[in-house]
Amino acid sequence: MSEELPDDLKYTKTHEWVRVEEDGTVTIGITDHAQETLGDLVFVELPTLGQLVAVEEPCGLVESVKAAADIFSPISGEIIACNNKLINEPELINSSPYEEGWLFKLKPDGDSQLIDLLTAEEYTEVLETEG
Amino acid sequence: MGKKTFLYEQHRQAGAKIIDFHGWDMPLHYGSQLNEHHQVRRDAGVFDISHMTVIDLTGQRVREFLRYLLANDIARLTTPGKALYSCMLNEQGGILDDLIVYYQNDNQFRLVVNAATRDKDLSWINQQAEPFAVQVKERDDLAMLAIQGPQAREKLKPGLPANLQPTVMALAPFYAAWNNDEVFVGRTGYTGEDGFEVILPEQLAVTLWEALLAAGVKPIGLGARDTLRLEAGMNLYGADMDENYTPLESGLAWTVAWSPTDRDFIGRHALEEQREQGELRVMVGLILRNQGVLRAQQTVQVEGGGTGYITSGTFSPTLGISIGLARLPAGIYEKVMVVIRNKSLFAQIVKPPFVRRGKACIELN
Repeated sequence: MSEELPDDLKYTKTHEWVRVEEDGTVTIGITDHAQETLGDLVFVELPTLGQLVAVEEPCGLVESVKAAADIFSPISGEIIACNNKLINEPELINSSPYEEGWLFKLKPDGDSQLIDLLTAEEYTEVLETEG
Repeated sequence: MGKKTFLYEQHRQAGAKIIDFHGWDMPLHYGSQLNEHHQVRRDAGVFDISHMTVIDLTGQRVREFLRYLLANDIARLTTPGKALYSCMLNEQGGILDDLIVYYQNDNQFRLVVNAATRDKDLSWINQQAEPFAVQVKERDDLAMLAIQGPQAREKLKPGLPANLQPTVMALAPFYAAWNNDEVFVGRTGYTGEDGFEVILPEQLAVTLWEALLAAGVKPIGLGARDTLRLEAGMNLYGADMDENYTPLESGLAWTVAWSPTDRDFIGRHALEEQREQGELRVMVGLILRNQGVLRAQQTVQVEGGGTGYITSGTFSPTLGISIGLARLPAGIYEKVMVVIRNKSLFAQIVKPPFVRRGKACIELN
């Protein structure tokens, strides 16, 4: 597996990553594997500020030249920031999936949900199963 | 593991992402489909299209045979080397395949047909050829490269055999030249750019591929081939046309040669009946002003309540918006609604092509 997979992030089976920030908010994006599989991204639809999202609820969309993919919120909470730079530069997700290509931030409505997310090691197993 | 073209190792070396394409292991892209698309529009790219099927037809009655087999009329081919685009129909007028036919001499023509339809085509052509005593020979011993883009002509030149260079450099569009049945070059293509398709033996194909890369021509995968062809407004077999539709319902009425009226070709009777009945479904080009991407099979709603569907849709890298082809109920439309992921969005009807020779053909305001 040549793709990058930072140890300090949490992951979902649907290929989102989650970073817990110092203030308790979380930042969400799609993994290097997901952007690699989708190919060149050309369009992003993000949630709106203040929107309340539930676990595993579709709350965004990324489209590459060849396919569209839903973004599922890994945890429930309120949307507090969106990466609006992606509207004009969706390719940032391809070039920098874990940094400049983040999708949105949310304020969790409880912290226990983080326990259910995958570690880098567990996510690697998911990728291996998918072949 | 699928079938591999003679250039499979070259694709691996160039870093290709390989996918299964109708049973062939083919390059989807070599890193970025978008960069490859722009490379062809701005400079030159090379595509391995060896998965396509080359068929040589020979015999004294080959002209007569092709005038029966094809909906377009090869009687138009009066100069050796001239090429013609045509549909091959079944008795019901449905499109079995679309192809290019090259006239070599009165006893020899070369066809290039699609990869996915290979078996069906060969079986149909063999069956139809028998009464005409035409020999049908598939040339799976040959590779095929397409070199496309504004710089294609200059960059192809040094890779050609010296004795073929002057002729190829002087070729008009939709003409071909060849030497000793070894290297065959047609000034044809599928991208809306100037370009050439070269049919040649394995070893020469590898040499040409390497010469082109050394000259700065970049390898281009199937992904960019599809966005380039859709921008050029060209139909894709299996998406924009198939056996269930006639050329008249596929935006290909211009390829049907009705005259002379006494030429009997397969499917003619069915097409005449359909033309008389009228109310034919139409193929149109669509552009999406809103953000989002048109995709095949999305539903299109027209005024008056009828529905059609997108046959091909993609993001256009040259225009920066989404484009598509759609088959709609009979009528004349300016705007339609496309249902994308449960949302209805306005799409504007345009006349393809969307892009030709690197320039937008439609007004983007």
